[in-house]
Amino acid sequence: MLHIVNKSATERGSLESCLAMATQSSAVLLIEDAVYAATKGGAAAAKIQAAAAGLKIYALGPDLAARGMAGRVLDGVNVVDYGGFVDLVAEHNSCQSWL
Amino acid sequence: MSDMDDMDDGSGIVKKFMFLNRKAPHGTVYALEGLEVVLITAAFDQDVSMVFTDDGVYQLMKGVDSKGIEIKDFSKTYRALEGYDIEKLYVDQPSLDARGLTEDDLIVDVTVLSVSEMANLMAEQDVVISF
Amino acid sequence: MQFGILVNEGPYTHQASDSAFLFARTAIEKGHTVPRVFFYHDGVNNSTRLATPPQDDRNVSARWSKLAADHGVDLVVCVAAAQRRGITDDVLAPGFRISGLGQLVEMGIQYDRLVTFGD
Repeated sequence: MLHIVNKSATERGSLESCLAMATQSSAVLLIEDAVYAATKGGAAAAKIQAAAAGLKIYALGPDLAARGMAGRVLDGVNVVDYGGFVDLVAEHNSCQSWL
Repeated sequence: MSDMDDMDDGSGIVKKFMFLNRKAPHGTVYALEGLEVVLITAAFDQDVSMVFTDDGVYQLMKGVDSKGIEIKDFSKTYRALEGYDIEKLYVDQPSLDARGLTEDDLIVDVTVLSVSEMANLMAEQDVVISF
Repeated sequence: MQFGILVNEGPYTHQASDSAFLFARTAIEKGHTVPRVFFYHDGVNNSTRLATPPQDDRNVSARWSKLAADHGVDLVVCVAAAQRRGITDDVLAPGFRISGLGQLVEMGIQYDRLVTFGD
């Protein structure tokens, strides 16, 4: 399963809910405002780094760059472009958006 | 129901469809319009589950009176789902606990899952529609 | 692979329609097909031909229409959501059509993947 989260973790609880429910073989892709969670010093950084131990965490590069965050990505988060986003959806049997 | 039978897409494919409800009713439209999708899906003979988690559990509250906000009360529609063979309604225990709710507060029978049970349910779905 | 896309929000107010569009365009560039995009909730507002956004920014409705024209993507607007929000046949931009929620269910049944973009 590919989990897609799009809201900032400091605005909404969707990332937290997603991380609680994602099973070990899943991937989590952060898009739109959710990419802030993948940045150093952010409130969600510790949560993301803990999650990265058991899940594959991805962040959408164009959304990071658009928010001036491209240089602040946490170690352990894989940055992908839209091509990578498409590949992730194709590679996983299904996807689930946490809105 | 015979005209609804005509809506079957004819392919014979049956997939596990999960509808993910995480928002409270009325503050936004997603609860109402989400329910409308589920009712239509009933005609397609798919394996449908409705999951209510986080604030989505509030959609199932008994004792709704929406006259004062002049928005249509659709809470009884959750009771009609059974008549459409949509019987797999799930909530997770932590979402109830965090809101001071129990099954007795809910307008329909649901299956209460632990977090890991709900996580496994999600992982086995073919199609997840989120509102 | 066949990708279906569900757009739950209108243009500009949320990034959902933008993200959905870029995903669709990229999927097509990579050789996949996007046979249909379904617009629900405020997503129906992506279908209006009446928008005149500033010239120096993207025209959300028009680029959906172009994607439809260039690649045969079926842009479907939910009738119930459209009726609530005043989207009728005569305001539709090219490539959009109004139809029922069954079109969304069919996407889930028939396509390989269905991706939701929303709030």
